[in-house]
Amino acid sequence: MSPSILLLLGLGLGLAGWLAARARAWNFRRDIRNEGKGGRLAALPSYHAWYVALWIVLPVLVFAIAWSFLAPQLVTGWVLSDPAAAGLPHFGFERRAILDEAASVALGSAPGVFNPLAEGLVEPYRLAFAKVRWIGIAATLVIGFLGGASAFLRLRPEFTARTRVERTIMTVLLMASLVAILTTLGILVSLVFETIRFFGMVSPLDFLLGTHWGPDPMGNPLNPDPSRYGAIPLFWGTIYIGAIIAMFVAIPLGLMSAIFLTQYASPRWRSVLKPALEILAGVPTVVYGYFAALTVAPAIRDAAQAIGIANASSESGLAAGLVMGVMIIPFVSSMADDSIAAVPQAMRDGSLAMGATTSETIRRVLIPAALPGIVAGVMLAISRAIGETMIVVMAAGAAANLTANPLEAMTTVTFQIVAMLTGEGSFDHPATLSAFALGFVLFLVTLALNFFALRVVKRFREAYE
Amino acid sequence: MVTTLPATATMLPESELSDPQSGLIPKMSARSVSVYYGAKQAVDDVSIDIQTKYVTAFIGPSGCGKSTFLRALNRMNDTIPGARVDGEIMLDGEDIYRSGMDVVHLRARVGMVFQKPNPFPKSIYENIAYGPRIHGLAEGKAELDAIVEKSLRRAGLWEEVKDRLADSGTALSGGQQQRLCIARAIAVDPEVILMDEPCSALDPIATAKIEELIDELRGRYAIVIVTHSMQQAARVSQRTAFFHLGKMVEYGKTSDIFTNPREERTKDYITGRYG
Repeated sequence: MSPSILLLLGLGLGLAGWLAARARAWNFRRDIRNEGKGGRLAALPSYHAWYVALWIVLPVLVFAIAWSFLAPQLVTGWVLSDPAAAGLPHFGFERRAILDEAASVALGSAPGVFNPLAEGLVEPYRLAFAKVRWIGIAATLVIGFLGGASAFLRLRPEFTARTRVERTIMTVLLMASLVAILTTLGILVSLVFETIRFFGMVSPLDFLLGTHWGPDPMGNPLNPDPSRYGAIPLFWGTIYIGAIIAMFVAIPLGLMSAIFLTQYASPRWRSVLKPALEILAGVPTVVYGYFAALTVAPAIRDAAQAIGIANASSESGLAAGLVMGVMIIPFVSSMADDSIAAVPQAMRDGSLAMGATTSETIRRVLIPAALPGIVAGVMLAISRAIGETMIVVMAAGAAANLTANPLEAMTTVTFQIVAMLTGEGSFDHPATLSAFALGFVLFLVTLALNFFALRVVKRFREAYE
Repeated sequence: MVTTLPATATMLPESELSDPQSGLIPKMSARSVSVYYGAKQAVDDVSIDIQTKYVTAFIGPSGCGKSTFLRALNRMNDTIPGARVDGEIMLDGEDIYRSGMDVVHLRARVGMVFQKPNPFPKSIYENIAYGPRIHGLAEGKAELDAIVEKSLRRAGLWEEVKDRLADSGTALSGGQQQRLCIARAIAVDPEVILMDEPCSALDPIATAKIEELIDELRGRYAIVIVTHSMQQAARVSQRTAFFHLGKMVEYGKTSDIFTNPREERTKDYITGRYG
């Protein structure tokens, strides 16, 4: 039972409605012409057509989305009320597995049952699926027909279909923009539940203030040792690598290359350099990881040893941070490039005509005016850097050291999330759940960072219009 | 088509009579100047002398090259890719296009006011202080304050803004913004001020104020103004040059150009036959 059948049905009905409404509107038009008193339709026939079509397709779309969530619940409910379901184990993996097996056999995607208990459930599933399918199709037809008919009956020569269609389009666009926001909320909510579970086992204070990280996935899940769940080394590693070392590389280089590209480069240089810079953004991070681990990290270790630092590690925060900085140069430079180029030529001319040099103009006029875009680019780059995992996995090591020495191995939040989720602990073990808490706090940190940056920009920006 | 200026004292405005040098040595002079944008020629063989203490107006229909020629006078065309200038333009007898000419210094001596007011998105004070700061004209805050006040006074804006120097320059009205831009240009103490249709974005009252200001400033600077409005040229200028299709058709005393033009094309334009 897939919603695509319902959607196709809706589109078919919509097309019928479109054609019928257009024919009706053409009739109105002919009648008006025949009367010969002048006057005309309040909207073009095609708007009448779109009005009716939208009234058919949109309700069907809403129904299809709702139905695709509702239908599986209905199916499960019906199957469980069947007497054959009485013998199922009460919960856990086995019950789920048996149900899934019966369902896939009923859908024809598996050849036969493995578990004898599933055998009796195949037939109820088959019936339930058929029932859901027919209900869905019938409901689609009814909804599409009702929507279409009510719209069709409203058509009059003086009906302002054009403004109605405009309003509907606006609503659709609004919904589309809400999807992204709702998804973010959904992510947050799903994180919150697991985080609360984790904080039920390990106190948030131990988590946020502890300085030792070393969860034991094999330990007793009911009595975790809170002193092993101190996340500070992870957050420090994240900030140090992503927001400090990487930014030391990315902000100056990104900004300077943006300034060169917008202000000094000839069109020919620009046409070569800009795409080349943007390629950097397209390199898979795992490739950067190789580069960091195999080239940069050993080079840094050798250099450190050469100047007499004996205990330099072959995995270091510095190597990861430097390579990460190079990776995010395009984020900084392309946003800065766009916003510097968007400063009106009149500002530049004004400054140059005062006898300012190009670099004075850039420093004193262009950059202050382009600040919001530049900061937005930097924020994007920081978010990208602290969410980056692959380079850290390969070059920074896995040791949760709380240190300011960039030559030591360190680890980050994202790396630990991966390590905990792919570890050997069961799903409800605090070590695994700690991944959600880490993700949640990381989310809040990024959010706070963005909020803070917006405030700063508002305060210091020089608005030119 | 070079028109030498009559140097007789009777031609000069009364205020200049005491200055024996006035009108004799041109502040700027252009000889056979042509400007190209890529392959397109925008200005064709223009020669002109610009006197200090005069307002010189460039008039002519759109696209006649008057703005382009104006921008050649302080090398603002340098910022346009593909722009090229032939001929020579002298400032106090020095060719401004010679190699080794310091463009930054030139633009401090030949200031410019643009068509659309373009104050920087900074405070009123910072807008004026910008030029003196980059050229190091002031030692210390007190001197800078004095320059800011003097420039704003000369631009007739001081009384209106003296209590809100910290407000953004972009918050002013259009006419005030344009006077701010004039004050900004004055602040570096230029010798020539170029104005590219400075009133075309302003309402009649703001325009009248700018024209009054131009008249007051004339005593100190050589002013060149490009304008679309012939009434404006007649009101504010003492010398007028008429441009058409990239050439300078006629140049002379404003009163002569408007009442007794020598060229047929000038007459047609003045009387509204085209343009």
